[in-house]
Amino acid sequence: MKKIILISCVAVLLATTNLVAQSARYAPTMKTNLELLKNAKSMQDYNSVAAAFTRIGQAEKTLWVPYYYAALAKLHGAMNDQNVDKDAIAAQVDSLLSSAEAIQPNSELSTLHYYNEVLKMTVNPAARFMEEGPLLEKYYGQAVAQDSTNPRIYFMKGQTVFHTPESFGGGPAAAKTLFQKAVDLYATQDSTKDFKPKWGKEDAEAMLKQCEK
Amino acid sequence: MKPYILTILVGLLAGHLHAQTTIEGQVKDNKMRPLIGVSVAVKNGYDGSITDSLGNYHFTTPDQGSDTLVYSLTGYETVEKVVQLTGSTLTLNINLKEAFNELSAVTITAGSFSAGDNKKGVVLSSLDILTTSTNADISSAMRLLPGTQQNGESSGLFVHGGTAGETAQYMDGAVIQNPYYAGGPQIMQRGRFDPRLFSGTMFATGGYSALYGNAMSSVLLMNSNDLPEKSEYEIDISPIAYVNLRTQQLAKDKKSAYGVSYNYINVWPEMQVLNTYFDITRTPEYHTANFYYHRKTRGGMIKYYTEFSHNDVGYSWTDIDILSLKDKINVANNNWYNNVNWTENLGNRWKLIWSNSFSINHDHINRSILDGNHEVQSFSSSYYWMNNKIFTYLNTESHLQSRLVLEKKFRNLAAIRFGGEYDYAHTDGDYNDRNITFKDNYGAVFAENDLYFTNDFMLKTGVRAERSSLMNETKVAPRISTAYRIGPNEQLSAAYGIFYQKPEDNYLMYNQNLSFTRSDQYILNYQKSTTSQILRLEAYYKKYADLVRFVPATQVNDYPYDNGGKGHAEGFDLFWKDQKTFPFKYWISYSYIHTKRQFLNYPTQLEPDFITPHTFSAVLQQFIPNIKTQVNFSCSFATGRPYYYFKPDLENHTYQLDKQGKSSPYNNLDFSIDYLPDFGKTHKKMTVMFVATVKNILGLQQLYTYNYSYDGSYKQPVWPMSKRQYFIGVFFNFGRDRSQEIINENL
Repeated sequence: MKKIILISCVAVLLATTNLVAQSARYAPTMKTNLELLKNAKSMQDYNSVAAAFTRIGQAEKTLWVPYYYAALAKLHGAMNDQNVDKDAIAAQVDSLLSSAEAIQPNSELSTLHYYNEVLKMTVNPAARFMEEGPLLEKYYGQAVAQDSTNPRIYFMKGQTVFHTPESFGGGPAAAKTLFQKAVDLYATQDSTKDFKPKWGKEDAEAMLKQCEK
Repeated sequence: MKPYILTILVGLLAGHLHAQTTIEGQVKDNKMRPLIGVSVAVKNGYDGSITDSLGNYHFTTPDQGSDTLVYSLTGYETVEKVVQLTGSTLTLNINLKEAFNELSAVTITAGSFSAGDNKKGVVLSSLDILTTSTNADISSAMRLLPGTQQNGESSGLFVHGGTAGETAQYMDGAVIQNPYYAGGPQIMQRGRFDPRLFSGTMFATGGYSALYGNAMSSVLLMNSNDLPEKSEYEIDISPIAYVNLRTQQLAKDKKSAYGVSYNYINVWPEMQVLNTYFDITRTPEYHTANFYYHRKTRGGMIKYYTEFSHNDVGYSWTDIDILSLKDKINVANNNWYNNVNWTENLGNRWKLIWSNSFSINHDHINRSILDGNHEVQSFSSSYYWMNNKIFTYLNTESHLQSRLVLEKKFRNLAAIRFGGEYDYAHTDGDYNDRNITFKDNYGAVFAENDLYFTNDFMLKTGVRAERSSLMNETKVAPRISTAYRIGPNEQLSAAYGIFYQKPEDNYLMYNQNLSFTRSDQYILNYQKSTTSQILRLEAYYKKYADLVRFVPATQVNDYPYDNGGKGHAEGFDLFWKDQKTFPFKYWISYSYIHTKRQFLNYPTQLEPDFITPHTFSAVLQQFIPNIKTQVNFSCSFATGRPYYYFKPDLENHTYQLDKQGKSSPYNNLDFSIDYLPDFGKTHKKMTVMFVATVKNILGLQQLYTYNYSYDGSYKQPVWPMSKRQYFIGVFFNFGRDRSQEIINENL
């Protein structure tokens, strides 16, 4: 009995001290922050959770995922806030993405590059389409080349096409194939418990429905 | 025993649970303003926070012992603090210093407009220059900026009270001796250079750096593109006889590229449709061919550019002195321009820029007087003012410039730049069989220093010493400018400098007892800019001295020129560009100037005939996605310009102001439309663009000024060549786009 108490006490002790390798904190911290990301409302909330992910990224030198979520948080925040300096945030996103790509370039990161160029374009679509259009194509091509089964890139591209006038080859009909492709790929997506990006399934399904109307 | 152990264990456990250390405090900048969004983090740890809207932060960490806290925010120097974590609350108030950062540091904006693709403080993008319905002419686009005069009958840029000859143009750091095609009187000529060659242009309306000289008013600095993104072919065709063939080839290793282009303009078809104020005797024709080769070096790039152009024009108009006769002029010009630039980072923050240009310009101008039967007339020597209008002029001018600049950058953005410049000019002319030859060696040394006191306050001091062998004279010109940021996007900037310039060749050619002309400039500038809006206000005062003037000649081959002229100019410029408030993009310019000068044959200080006090222009651009079309309007308004008749007073060796007047105000509205049928279709290998432009769409009567007959009894208006001008064209671009292939395979 004594032994058991002792062992369990030691275990509790160890768990709460800083002697434990930080990677043990990785999973719970990620989980907490992903929850915070889901519930973030203001740009300050998004910045705060982005900073938390950045700290994890700086602590875990071999993982690109924390930087990915830091960039994603900034992008979501800036997209939903009309008062922030989108160019300044886009520059921060570019730097987060380059930190992540230094570890491992991949399709998910290229997708966020695409998202980031969309953000830059929203500052002034009429003036920037000439410059941003080719960049969107570039990152779309890159993301597809890196992983043609990544549903998020088709979802992102679908969004762009959906909001492009029909006279340009955009509109719901044109976007439908992309959303369909995204939804199909989401269905086959590995939903095991690691922290690889999984977002977008519900949104893609909703968009597909809207296209079918 | 048992309870005892348990107590200790529970005590230990509780101790550890409460070993969470709370860290809190406030972060401010140097001016004690709270900073929002500062990241506070335990170095290499998970714990931290960001500051709230009052600059406050608060977090806890289970870490124990010695640790480092990192405070960071974009644009500020990161602060690290070593702390002891003991479990008791730590309060840390931190000040962050703004970082010296090239992107956030102030730059001098007094007297300078930058255009191009580097985003900061750019007034016009390269695309703006192409699409402002200025027929893709760089100088015409610059004329829509404040500080310039409209003067539709003359080529060149008239800046802050200066003549067109007071503006120098540079390509990749070396001068362009003859930037415009050659033409006759009263018709403005285009620039020789295709704006698509350049990715950055800086238009200095005054107060510019000591690196540049021999221009009393202004410099236009154009930097060519480095390497194209991809290989491409382009064909541009206009039924108004304009053809442009162009290709750029990027090497496989993406380290070098070359481009070849040929451009042919013949306005014959347009002349068939339009009524011109002149009788065209030789249809204007322009051939231009250019080639470039750019190669990356270890730490820089070598650029070679060469361009050959030939143009011809001939026209006639009513003689101003004898209305039954006609004056006829024929102009033929050949120009060969070469530019070599080597820019290299030498390591240790040293940079070398070696810029060279060499050009040969050949003019053949023939002017005659014809009667009603097209017979060439001649006059007795007592009608010398008629004889002065009859000449054959052949001229070959070669010009070489080599400039070497070394730059060293230090920490905190400080920099020094120094170097030298050598110009060789040789002119071999033949005026009515009289040979005129002259040559000049001009050299200059210069040094300049950038000093940053903070990110918000910088000072640039420079000095330039220049010497011309022809004039046997050395001048020293100090330059100083400063910039101070007064708000997040607002800054004040000021500049002072002395600027020397050699008298223009057409005076030096005949009389070499002249010295440098001089202007002293004082400029104060305010600029507020965000990525979508720019407001710019500038006030200046300029003093001219030693300007070339002349009195009536009393004998043949007498050129009584001297440097007795002087003058002043003061005014202010306003520029506003907005791409945010409305769905369209627009910019407006307004310039006010008050200037008087005594020069050439002006007997006293008068407002020059190329100046009007008020000039306004506006440009509006809107892309309409539904019809894939961009529409562009540009309008200009200028008050009337003065004109004078100076009567030669041979007895007193002077001119007398005998008559004067003011021309009517000038109004112009240009419209152009670009249609991009392939816009939005990214899977195309060929893109097409249609362009149509109408100049002076309202057909308003435009009158620039008047010319007086020799005796002053008759004045002749100076009009544009035709009431309206039209351009229509189609541009095909064939570019290979590899990324497309990958996408097609995967979707």
